[in-house]
Amino acid sequence: MSKILVIAEHLDGKLNGATARAVSAAVAVKPESIDVIVLSDAPDAVAAEAAKIDGVSKVLTVARAENAHAMAAILAPQIAKAAAGYSHVFAPSTTFGKDLAPRVAALLGVSQVSDVMSVEGAHSFRRPIYAGNAIITVEVDTASTVVATIRTASWPAAASNGSAPVEALTVDVALPSHTRFVNLQQGKSDRPDLQGAAKVVSGGRGVGSKENFDIIYKFADKIGAGVGASRAAVDAGYCPNEMQVGQTGKIIAPELYMAIGISGAIQHLTGIKDAGTIVAINKDGEAPIFEIADIGLVGDLFKILPELEAAL
Amino acid sequence: MKILVGYKRVVDYNVRIQVKPDGTGVVTDGVKLSANPFDDIALEEALRLREKGVAEEVIVVGIGPADLTAHLRNGLAMGANRAIHVQTADAVSPLTAARTFLKLIEKEQPGLVILGKQAIDDDANQTGQMLAALWDRPQATFAGKVEIADGKATVTREVDAGLETIEADLPAVITTDLRLNEPRFIKLPDIMKAKAKPIDVIELGSLGIDAADHIKTTHYAAPAKRSKGVMVKDAAELVAALKQKGLL
Repeated sequence: MSKILVIAEHLDGKLNGATARAVSAAVAVKPESIDVIVLSDAPDAVAAEAAKIDGVSKVLTVARAENAHAMAAILAPQIAKAAAGYSHVFAPSTTFGKDLAPRVAALLGVSQVSDVMSVEGAHSFRRPIYAGNAIITVEVDTASTVVATIRTASWPAAASNGSAPVEALTVDVALPSHTRFVNLQQGKSDRPDLQGAAKVVSGGRGVGSKENFDIIYKFADKIGAGVGASRAAVDAGYCPNEMQVGQTGKIIAPELYMAIGISGAIQHLTGIKDAGTIVAINKDGEAPIFEIADIGLVGDLFKILPELEAAL
Repeated sequence: MKILVGYKRVVDYNVRIQVKPDGTGVVTDGVKLSANPFDDIALEEALRLREKGVAEEVIVVGIGPADLTAHLRNGLAMGANRAIHVQTADAVSPLTAARTFLKLIEKEQPGLVILGKQAIDDDANQTGQMLAALWDRPQATFAGKVEIADGKATVTREVDAGLETIEADLPAVITTDLRLNEPRFIKLPDIMKAKAKPIDVIELGSLGIDAADHIKTTHYAAPAKRSKGVMVKDAAELVAALKQKGLL
């Protein structure tokens, strides 16, 4: 039977929602147990949140001053050591998990399955390649530990009705001092987090300027949506890069995705094709975004958005 | 300081990928192959560091079949001093690639290894992190800005929460994100000059590494298609349609 260790992602004392999505993938393996590991300088609040995730057997905390920031070089040796006895190690396929999991896999001497979309069996998974233009089924040697990152857009977050026990774990391993955290510049926002939001409104090059982007924020706030952007809008300086949706930015699956002034380059479409309903508003009726939109509206966004707000 | 750059050849990013009807792979016969875009960015960054006087030598490394030579010549034409061609007819996993780089590092003793954050064919995003683990050195993945001074790299990383800056003692592994730089174009005279630059060929089998792959790909499929939607004529119709779906 499988025993799965899920690596919790957290920041500023809060559990990242991607963790509960990775737990959903772990549940799909039908394992004997699912343990979540929280590495932090002060893990208690995060561990309490993780303990509520349905399907979690127990939460392991590793409290060390060195774990104040999520540095792969520092976390990986601890996780590799803690992974003894587990058949699987899962992390969310976010920049956190993508940075960390391969370092853990290499320390365990195994390859990694990146971006798991579906679980076909305890050692069989489907994952996208070529920016999602092909989907492969992979089989991991049953003698190897399965290290995998979980494509968050493919998995719903497991519910939070549980109450798993929390255990402190001491991991006796020397940690390197060669990599040091300097700072994190975060875009401060009260809007829903892009990767967890049920609704997302994104603007593209058609929005025209950084100032004009206010119309996107205003409309998103009206419907309680997160705000994203196309790569073209980010490259043009209309908004910061953490707002980028697409193959090279964030891959998201909101219930409602509204693409405003986005033509729909293939790399953008890759980031949104798991969305529930895609709405496209663009003045060019030939724009590729209309090929995958569930509802399309051709017209001037500066005229349509105020009309939409008025109609709500 | 020497900089080692990973330079993978992949199906060109403009090619529309087709899955073979029998599910045994994607169609690669006759399709255009190019440098992995993230590796071009890696090479560009290395060349800029050499131009700033931070590095003396830039070495491009390719792992692949005998005909990889022409691809490595492009890296030399872009400006690398020399190339290493690790020859193998087999597809190579990220772990095998990392083990291969580690062998080259032991010989070349670079101060910095710059790789693309992922290759746009297998989208694995693993090799740099694995190499850093095996080498027991720092990793600075998804780099958007790199500064080298006083034996360390200060790297700004593009992470989900924003921009994270870390400091890493050299030697270290850096993996590139899209906004790090814009790679230069290769000029015709440089293609001529590249012909005189050396390419060392090493057989993968001679490196004495475990190249076994724990992960087998058993099937390829085309992605599920979204069905064609409807067009509405104005804002009122759009609001009505969204309300009907319970989305507003």
